[in-house]
Amino acid sequence: MNFLSDPVPFLTNWLNGLLAGWGLPTVLVHLISYVIGGGILATGAMLLVLFLIWLERKLIGRIQDRLGPNRVGPYGLFQTLADMLKIFIKEHITPEGADKVPYELGPVLSVAAVLMVWAVLPFASSTRGTDLSVGLLFIFAVGSIGELAVILAGWGSNNKYALLGAFRAVALLISYSIPMLIVLLVPVMFAGSLSLNDLVLKQTVWYIVLAPVPALIFFISSVAEVGRSPFDLTEAESEIVSGFNIEYSGLKFGMFYVADFLHAFTISLIFSTIFLGGWRGPGAVQIPILGFVYYLIKTSVVYFLVVLMRGTLPRLRIDQMNNINWKFLTPFSLISVMVFALAAKAFPGSLRGHVLVLLSANALILALMLWAMNWFSAHRKRPVVVSHRRHEIVPNKDVSA
Amino acid sequence: MVDNWLYIGLFMIISAFLPAAAITIAGILSPKKPDKIKNSIYECGMETVGETWIQFKAQYYVYALVFLVFDIESVFLYPWAMAYGQLSLFAVVEAIIFILILLGGLFYAWRKGALEWI
Repeated sequence: MNFLSDPVPFLTNWLNGLLAGWGLPTVLVHLISYVIGGGILATGAMLLVLFLIWLERKLIGRIQDRLGPNRVGPYGLFQTLADMLKIFIKEHITPEGADKVPYELGPVLSVAAVLMVWAVLPFASSTRGTDLSVGLLFIFAVGSIGELAVILAGWGSNNKYALLGAFRAVALLISYSIPMLIVLLVPVMFAGSLSLNDLVLKQTVWYIVLAPVPALIFFISSVAEVGRSPFDLTEAESEIVSGFNIEYSGLKFGMFYVADFLHAFTISLIFSTIFLGGWRGPGAVQIPILGFVYYLIKTSVVYFLVVLMRGTLPRLRIDQMNNINWKFLTPFSLISVMVFALAAKAFPGSLRGHVLVLLSANALILALMLWAMNWFSAHRKRPVVVSHRRHEIVPNKDVSA
Repeated sequence: MVDNWLYIGLFMIISAFLPAAAITIAGILSPKKPDKIKNSIYECGMETVGETWIQFKAQYYVYALVFLVFDIESVFLYPWAMAYGQLSLFAVVEAIIFILILLGGLFYAWRKGALEWI
């Protein structure tokens, strides 16, 4: 096995050989190589955040006709490193009367929930943490730990704003995981497997070509799940001063931000795995490192879209966000599952015919969605709050007398 | 198979350990000068009044219920989707009837006003 074309299995084999050469039992060899591999993967993900924060600030800066960070290091690359150092030596202020255990667990769990997704992602044909047979469900199970972290942080802080923020954050986040879960039935139907590696292997045609509408629904709800603009209702300066993280300071506060930025990148990774063919590309099976490059390119495109959405779209109101989920995305994800199940079963045949049938199913759902959107905006009743009565100011007789 | 879950378990420990270690190191490095006013609970310009941990609004409970219905539904549907390739048209129609009933439930909750943000 060549180191240049397939570095990770090469190193793993070398390490396993080295450890076995010392006379360690097989179980211990596996355990040690797992710990080292997982440690490198998780640390790499954490360090990637430094770069992601720089990238996002730079991109948002360019969108808003600014330069972005450009003073510390070349192109401002070391800006986040400097910020990290600063936040490292900030004081940790714990509010009095805080519930210690949830308060300390909150930031740790919110990062852990995002990091754990990385354990099942296929990075190349030969390189992945592990190929779990229920990978897709594992991602959702782990994602809901992030919501647990939010409610722990809000509850533990002993602050009313934090508690209110946590309540509405969790109410919205759990709502948005519903269309995500349902719409992913469509790729699972195509692939017949929940393992992420199988999902990639089965994509001779990218699933975004077969199912663009489910991909769109998944993209919107996963961006909402991250809780960033235009869906950044989890943190609202004007309404609930900050949100669930108001009583945190120093690196504990920083951890919530690490989780946020890493989550944005992680959903791009998940999206490109499920809908954009993951590491697939010409020559990716023979030379696995090429697959890694393809994966990175696809993910960067999706990540750029996420940042672009954040930089350009206005923020939603909370009831609008709630309505979009329950009254638009959820019914249409159910409808699209039904339509795809029928269309793919009723018209079996050659791949080209299959694609045509599925595309017309997509067009049907999209037309239905647009019609529903128009119908709702035409028939929505908005309460008009106008007072036609002029209030007369009657001087208080008791005081004037 | 066991190997997979061993890796997942180890990775869970690692991914919780990394932020915990970072926070611990930062806690050692950072200054510690707590005082009464600094540690008081943040509120908009006044002392906080009353308890924080109170009974919360019932609307959140309704959201949780609707969420639970659809969460369990998708748990039922995932095995169906896994076996979709081998299924006959009849089984697909059965699943569609199941989804339609749930869609009816969603519209019922909608009409009852359970999905409004208050």
